[in-house]
Amino acid sequence: MEAFAALLDALVYTRSRNAKLKLLADYLRETPDPDRGWALAALTDGLDFPAVKSSTIRNLLTERIDPVLWTLSREYVGDSAETASLLWPEPAEAPSPPTVSEAVDALSRMTRANVMVELPRLLDRLDANGRYALLKLATGAMRIGISARLAKTAFALAFGVAVEDVEEHWHGQTPPYTPLFDWAAHGAEPPNSDDLPLFRPFMLAHGLEEAQVDLADYAAEWKWDGIRVQVVRAKGENGGGETRVYSRSGDDISATFPEVAEALHIDAVLDGELLVRGAHQGGEANDRTQGGAASFNALQQRLGRKTVSKKMRGEYPAFVRLYDVLILEGQDLRPLPWSERRAALESLVPRLPADHFDISTVIPAADFAELAAIRERARDDAIEGVMLKRRDSPYVAGRKTGLWYKWKRDPLLIDCVLMYAQRGSGKRSSFYSDYTFGCWDGDPDQGAELLPVGKAYFGFTDEELKWLDRHVRNHTVNRFGPVREVDKSLVFEVAFDSVHASKRHKSGLAMRFPRISRIRADKPAHEADRIETLRALIRD
Amino acid sequence: MGREPLGFPPHFRNMTRDFSWIRPEPWGIHVVPADCWIDPSRPVDRALVTHGHADHARGGHGATFATPETLAIMKLRYATEEGAVPVPYGERMALPGDVHATWVPAGHVLGSAQILLEHAGERIVVTGDFKRRADPTCPPFEVTPCDVLITEATFGLPVFRHPPVEQEIAKVLSTLAANPDRCVLVGAYALGKAQRLIAELRRAGHHDTIWLHGAMERMCRLYEDLGVDLGDLKLVSDTGKEQLAGSVVLAPPSALNDRWSRRLPDPITAMASGWMQVRQRARQRMVELPLVISDHADWDELTQTVKDVNPAETWITHGREEAMLRWCELNQRKARALALVGYEDEDD
Repeated sequence: MEAFAALLDALVYTRSRNAKLKLLADYLRETPDPDRGWALAALTDGLDFPAVKSSTIRNLLTERIDPVLWTLSREYVGDSAETASLLWPEPAEAPSPPTVSEAVDALSRMTRANVMVELPRLLDRLDANGRYALLKLATGAMRIGISARLAKTAFALAFGVAVEDVEEHWHGQTPPYTPLFDWAAHGAEPPNSDDLPLFRPFMLAHGLEEAQVDLADYAAEWKWDGIRVQVVRAKGENGGGETRVYSRSGDDISATFPEVAEALHIDAVLDGELLVRGAHQGGEANDRTQGGAASFNALQQRLGRKTVSKKMRGEYPAFVRLYDVLILEGQDLRPLPWSERRAALESLVPRLPADHFDISTVIPAADFAELAAIRERARDDAIEGVMLKRRDSPYVAGRKTGLWYKWKRDPLLIDCVLMYAQRGSGKRSSFYSDYTFGCWDGDPDQGAELLPVGKAYFGFTDEELKWLDRHVRNHTVNRFGPVREVDKSLVFEVAFDSVHASKRHKSGLAMRFPRISRIRADKPAHEADRIETLRALIRD
Repeated sequence: MGREPLGFPPHFRNMTRDFSWIRPEPWGIHVVPADCWIDPSRPVDRALVTHGHADHARGGHGATFATPETLAIMKLRYATEEGAVPVPYGERMALPGDVHATWVPAGHVLGSAQILLEHAGERIVVTGDFKRRADPTCPPFEVTPCDVLITEATFGLPVFRHPPVEQEIAKVLSTLAANPDRCVLVGAYALGKAQRLIAELRRAGHHDTIWLHGAMERMCRLYEDLGVDLGDLKLVSDTGKEQLAGSVVLAPPSALNDRWSRRLPDPITAMASGWMQVRQRARQRMVELPLVISDHADWDELTQTVKDVNPAETWITHGREEAMLRWCELNQRKARALALVGYEDEDD
């Protein structure tokens, strides 16, 4: 438990991703089984002890300390586990801390009837940091910024294995993941999981940049602006058939899109774009017989919900536009060339319910120049750009050079005025590197004001950052904690993918992917764009 | 606060003393018969000052009574000695109106004192800021029996239990050893905390050069002039990045994440403060190595002090007074909060 407590503390105070990865990897390498597996589960919120709740902690403490003092302390510290760890009486004898496995074992055996007796026994064996770690582990409220992806990357780093392999084998495993450690650390066979509805790592694309490709070798498809999903159906543990919808990061989002999960009745692993139906007709060059897709903004109404009402399902009906098929009725198609998988997908789609599945059509362009012209004309909000896929390439996890390219639509540009700046974190902690910028709400020469329209913290070089930092410091007119307001003199050319109506912002607008495209120190602020210019670009 | 105490010990029950010769006002404590003010936050004719921190020792008074060390600190800060009246520890000084005042060590920083006031057979002690733990840079707190204890409560919550200072110093030294290419940049209050930290590092056997931010220099030199040995100190501005690798660098908290720190070799940011006990406070300050080192009494020291002094009444000047009031209530001790303004506790 001491090593886990030390890890937890170090993670709390570490901001850089690389430093977090190293801390985690070192811990996973050096800690014995099954402690490391339990710790990994705890860090990625994979543990649940029904007998221990946040209210258990409060009840335990108010048996030992005046409730008023507890409440004052809890309010000040802002976290029940930490407050309790500090208030718990120091044990009279030097503690003999339990291992993580012992603690997990004891916690999982606790019931509502005995938790008030058993939990104190564990707490009495730990110092303040240990108590904090135990209570965090027990209540499953880590909140220390360890995503599943980060944990998997650290796991791969610890044992020198590919993160895609970790992704593939991880799913279907339960804490303490002993077969996974046996495989990565001791070279055992990877865990077998053919019958489970598991996530398979996605194949990803590189940006095309300035390159051109020959359409004899590459097929072109629209890059739809939804979320990339994998829909999986397998026999399942009881053979009855289980379906899952996974997001790009491998999170199970089946509960958010139940209609999609329910619609797949064939054992398969499918790759596609999750979209909602809408007025947009799905791209000029796309098959017009298909139903239309709405912009990302419409899809956003459905994201992040744990349950979804009938009304929601009716107003924003979700469907998947399929890109690829990885596994079909027990056969792994991933080693086959794209052209053969595409043929399999085309014959599969008619067997799927049309309400919830259609196919992303191939753009009929004779050569690259024609494709460029088609892409240039595409002004549909549901389209982000064009994908280019090598016709003879297998489906491989991750981003392999030369196989898939994404060729995004050119960004929209607008000139904004810098209004506020905030210091960054980590390497940028002494630099003002997060910028809020605005557009004029009318004619600036007639007394119009700037309204904030967005925030960006990338798009500039290190040299430009130094220059911007100096600019902010020399033009500060007001300070609000970590934020500085500057005189409204500097113009940014801001690039963004799209803009949507938003009630959350005073300007009534929300930009998607804004970044600083150029610093226009040459341009006077009153020549920056007006809100109405930006509003005209809305296409909801 | 409006909360009625549960009851008083029997021998106080029938007492009608109201200690009206001492009157707390928002800007300081008024000693009425002597027309003196303790740690006033606005200029007055006669000020009795407990210690040199800027929120307690302000300039511009007609006469300032304080220990010689505190006056030296104030002279450094305000560049004037006008009206300074030095009072050594333990000397019982007569003030107008039949008031006597004695400065008693408070153990907070060099020169820090509690002030014992005597009038008409009653004794009132104003602790100023204090701590009960040993500090190599100043004499220890002395328990002074009195009728009214006017105490601070900066860390007046039971979650504040400061660990032994040796444990925190060991963290600095092991971090240094594990990162020979980097430096440990410690944010510390320029008066008191910085010198105590240096003295404790020396006590733990660390005799390398300790590098200072320019704002630390004069106070460290003053401590040395007043007899506190701090070993080899140099200014960061006098050297290059290479020389700072593997060293301790001290700076005021405000400089930690500022441009100044860019001249340091990949610093590990530490902060020495009682607030570092709370993880989110440390995170908010972007601290990687929190050091729970405080020059204030923690909860156990505060409550122990009330028990040791055993006053008829406890008045609380500043800090987290609600919890202290509650503790007094639970322990049948008469208490009140004074709600003085202008005392800051953010950087301790």
